[in-house]
Formats: sequence, structure tokens, C-alpha cells
Amino acid sequence: MTRAVAKPLLIALAVLALLAALAAAAVVALNLRGEAAIPDDAAPVQDATPGQVERGRYLALAGNCAGCHTARGGADYAGGVGIDTPFGTVVASNLTPDDATGIGRWSPAHFWRAMHHGRSKDGRLLYPAFPYPSYTRVTREDSDAIYAYLRTLPPVARPNDAHRLRFPYGTQAALAVWRAASFRPAPFTPDPAKPAEWNRGAYLVGGLGHCIACHGSRDGLGATEEWRGLAGGTIPGQGWYAPALNAPHEAGVADWPIDDIVALLRTGTAPRGSVTGPMAEVVYRSTQHLSDEDLRAMALFLRELPPAETASPTPPARRDAGLMARGAKIYDQQCAYCHGDQGQGAPGAYPPLAGNRAVNMATTTNLVQIVRRGGFLPATEGNPRPYGMPPFGHVLDDDEIAAVLSYIRGAWGNTGAELGRREVMQR
Amino acid sequence: MAENQGLLHVHAFTRFARRTLRPLALMLAAAGGPALAQAPVPDTMAQRMAACIACHGREGAATNAGYFPRLAGKPAGYLYNQLLSFRDGRRFQSDMTHLVAHLSDAYLREIAEYFAGLDLPYPRVPTATDASPDTLARGRALALEGDAARGIPACVQCHGAQLTGVLPAIPGLLGLPRLYLASQMGAWLTDKRHAPAPDCMAEIGRRLSNADIHAVASWLAIQPMPADPKPAASLPAPLPMRCSAETP
Repeated sequence: MTRAVAKPLLIALAVLALLAALAAAAVVALNLRGEAAIPDDAAPVQDATPGQVERGRYLALAGNCAGCHTARGGADYAGGVGIDTPFGTVVASNLTPDDATGIGRWSPAHFWRAMHHGRSKDGRLLYPAFPYPSYTRVTREDSDAIYAYLRTLPPVARPNDAHRLRFPYGTQAALAVWRAASFRPAPFTPDPAKPAEWNRGAYLVGGLGHCIACHGSRDGLGATEEWRGLAGGTIPGQGWYAPALNAPHEAGVADWPIDDIVALLRTGTAPRGSVTGPMAEVVYRSTQHLSDEDLRAMALFLRELPPAETASPTPPARRDAGLMARGAKIYDQQCAYCHGDQGQGAPGAYPPLAGNRAVNMATTTNLVQIVRRGGFLPATEGNPRPYGMPPFGHVLDDDEIAAVLSYIRGAWGNTGAELGRREVMQR
Repeated sequence: MAENQGLLHVHAFTRFARRTLRPLALMLAAAGGPALAQAPVPDTMAQRMAACIACHGREGAATNAGYFPRLAGKPAGYLYNQLLSFRDGRRFQSDMTHLVAHLSDAYLREIAEYFAGLDLPYPRVPTATDASPDTLARGRALALEGDAARGIPACVQCHGAQLTGVLPAIPGLLGLPRLYLASQMGAWLTDKRHAPAPDCMAEIGRRLSNADIHAVASWLAIQPMPADPKPAASLPAPLPMRCSAETP
């Protein structure tokens, strides 16, 4: 190699190194933006009032913290639930005030930094499976209340399990780049043109409620696409679709009475719909425990969501007569007993299938899940003894599930397209 | 299906479902399907528990073919403990964990009491078996005498002299499919089925060999139901080991 070639190469390398250093500095700066330094001697605080602790207990329910931080049959808030993502499994941490394994040594400032900035006490960046892109809107006052409540829990010595993420997603550097591109800490900003009740609803839905974690879409790097709003999304790793809350043909409630929206969130069932799958858990563990005022505020906000500009679906031009006939036969044998021979259902017990938008929705994964696995509505104070549907996964094979769902989506004036074995086999 | 021991069982499920459930559903539909759906839905536990029929048979009476266990007449405390275990992560049959995931303690208690209170005739127990006489003799010995040298108590010491269970929370072992019995014992052996501590059956299960499980399940599955198939009111002697089933 001659000097004449080496010199430009060296310059190019130096420029590249400089650019890399600048990019790294930018990523670091973007990750730390808005953060106030926490003093080294920041210590746990135990001076909460009973009112603050009770407020924190309530807010932890509003955020369904236990949904991830309490394992089935495990101690309250001791962590251990694995959250499946396209990048691997993130394991929820121990939130009990155990010094060694929980948040016993955290100060309120550390807790706030986790909620608002997505950084742990030891400085590590947190994975957004912990929905801090939503929790960043939670006020310092509410964060302190949740902290105060968590400190009253019995400490549980349960070491946190390591996340199981594929390379490079398991590295802090990759997470830092993701955060620089996709996360910006920001407080909730009320809309002065809207009434206080609407703003309360917006705060709960967009903050602790983290509804967008399921009801929103995600980009290729797994970030919720805030700009699309609550436009529906496939729940990573669960095989359920969380329908759009801003679309009349999915789960929009713009034309529901406020009382019905409140009833759905409080009891799991309402005159025009009921909750299944992951939403049954949300009602069971979170919204059924909320105050009437907060549920009404959420209902008001949801009802006034700007409607999505999507055309209402049109029925397919033609249907496969053989498939419809096979489906009709299965329907009569297996489904009509409860859902009625005209898909009319039975009020209070079995949902109608005729004209049911959950039946006609473009995405059919929920229907397949319901047929295969059955289920009960959540047992709530307002609906303590729900009726149930058997799992048909043992009774019907994939072709039969496709046939009966195609029939249900085409009968009685329904508008859903037929589905094939391929849709049923997707899990 | 972590409680099942292999694909074989899943196939057995499917065969069972096709042979038994289809006619059952047809029967229900014929008996009052469409007409019933027009009438108000009965405000009864029987109607609420229609979700259980598909697997456990009408009113939880089940059959002794296939896999699914009978529910009718089992001690309420036992059924309640199992429902809690499915919900709270101690038992792992995926359909069951899904069905009870969001049901309250109070409702699960009511469900347990509903099935415990059903007094239905048992289907005829099969007498044919492919197990060898030696295997059956070994199973009989384990059930009635246990194996003291290996710390295995006899089934009758806890499950009642008639093996029909003991109130309030120890289940009967008769009238159950061999497949179900064997897969439950296998689940204890492989640490896939749990009860709250002290988990007596997990302890015993770990002492069983595959051959023990095959033998005792084969023998239990062909024992006729006694004239009185109800659980015993109490045990004549204290349990041989500590067990959470004593305090449901």
C-alpha cells in the first residue's frame, strides 16, 4: 500500500470515527433529556399519609400494575411474569420493598425516574414492555402515591429473572438507540378547550391505563405509534387483536350512551358488547375497581375520540355455497343451542352473533380464539356469575372452525368475509 | 397440555371428542336447542355450567372412556381447590386455566358446590383391560397396602376404604379413565401438578415409578363402583402424612 492511498483512507476512517462518536453522544443525550440528577444519598421515604397510600393502591389498580408484576398464584407485586414480544421475553420485576431483590432501597425520585424516564435505579434503561411511553404522562404526585403504596407491601425476597431477548435487542446500546428514536419523556398536557372530565379521561386512558399498549399499532421496532391513536393492534405474543376504539365497525363507542361504556368497564358486559380475551383480564384486574367518576371520565374521552377515516366494510360479492352449507350444519349442532338458530343470542347470557361487529371485523383471530378456547366473561361485582362457552378445540378441527365461522360471518345479514384453514391455523 | 404425557393423549382426546361429544351436542340441540334459545335463559347453575359439558359430559357425569374426569359428586372442597389451582398456576391444563382465569373465589366455590351436589348414576365401569395379571396384582397391592419400604402409603389410607373419597376435600379414585389417572400421577412425577403446601401427592408422586403408575391406574380404572359411591364422611384414622387437603 502506498502513502497516496493510505492518507485518504485514514481521513475517511477519522471522519467515520468522529461521526460514530457524535451519533453515540446524540443517543446518550437523547436518552438523558429532561432528567434531573438524583442525589447519591436519595433514600427511601416512609412518611406517606394513609390517604396517599390508599390513593396509590387505587392508582396501581388503574395501571393494572399487578397484571405483569404479580405472577399467577404468586405474592402481590413480587414480579416474575414473562411478557412475550417479537424480540424475546421481558420479565416483570419485583416491586415489593425488599432491599435486595425489590425496590426497598429506591427513593421516590428513583421511582419517578422509572415511570417518567424509563430508567431504573441503577441507571439501566428499561424495556418499554414496561409501558413507560404511556406512564411518562403520570404526574409526580401520582407516581409518589404509587410508590408510597408499594412500600406498604410485605417485602418478598424474589430475585428478578433475567430477560430472554435475542441479540442485539438484549443490549443496552440497542435499547438506547431505540429510545433515542422512539421515546420522549413528556408530562400530560391538558387540552384547555375541553372540560376537566374529558381531560381526566385523557390522562387515565393515555397514562396509567396504557390502553394504546394493546389498542394501538406498533412500528417495526415495537414502538407504539402514538400518532395513529387507539386504532387497533395485534397484541404481541398473545394471538388476540385489540380492536380500534376510534372505529364504528370495530370497538368505537361514539354512539354508545356513557352509562353503557361505564358498564362495560365496570362489569365486563353492556347492552351492545362484552369483553373477552385480554380485555376480560383488564376488567377483572383493573377497571372494575375504578371509581364511577374515573370510569365516566374515561367513557367521555373514549366516546369523543376522533373517528378513524375508514370506509365501513362491504360484504363479499359472493360466498362459497358448499362452505356455507358445511358451516350451517356445524352451527346447528354446536352453536344454536346457546346463540339461537338465527344468531340472536340471549340477553344477559349469550351474545348475539347476528349484526355483531366483533363477528364481522376484518381481523378474525379473536373469533378463532373464542371458538377454540371458549371462556367466561370476567366475574365482577356487577356480573358475579357469568355464563360460559365451552372450548371447541377438541371438537372441531381447523377446517370445521373455518367453515362455521365463515357461515356465522355470512348469515343473518352479517358482512364478514369467509375464512380458510390458513386463518384458523395462525396462532 | 402439560398434564398430559404425550401426543397419544391428545389423539385420544380427539377421538373421544368425535365419538362422544358430537352425539351429545346433537342430543342437546334436538332436545331443545333452537326452542330453548328463544325462551329466556334459565337462571341456574346448570345453564351457566353448560360450558363444562363439552369435555366433562352432561352435568359433569362424564364417561369412563377417554380422558376427562367426572365432576359430579366429588367433594366440594376438592373441586374448589382444583379450580383455584387452575386459576392460580398450580395446575396447567390449558383449557381449564383459560376458562377460570377471571372467575372470583366466590363463583369458583359455587361451581364446586354445584358439581359436588349432583347425585347422578355412574356409567358402567369397563372390566376389560390390556394390563397383565401381574400388573393388576401390583396395582391392587399399591392401592390397598402401599409400599412401606419406599414410603408409599396405600391409596385407601387417604381416599377412603371404598376409594370413593373423603369429605371435605379428598377425591375418590373410582369411575375415572385410566388415561386420566395415569396422566395425573405422571404430572406429580414430573412436577407438573401441584397443590398448596403441604403437597402430599407431589411427595408420593415422586416416589412412584412409571410401572407403579401404570399398575395402579390400570387396577383403579376397572374397579366397580360400590353400592354407595358417595365420599366417606370422615377418615377412620389420621392421614399418614401432612396434606393441604385436610384444611380446604
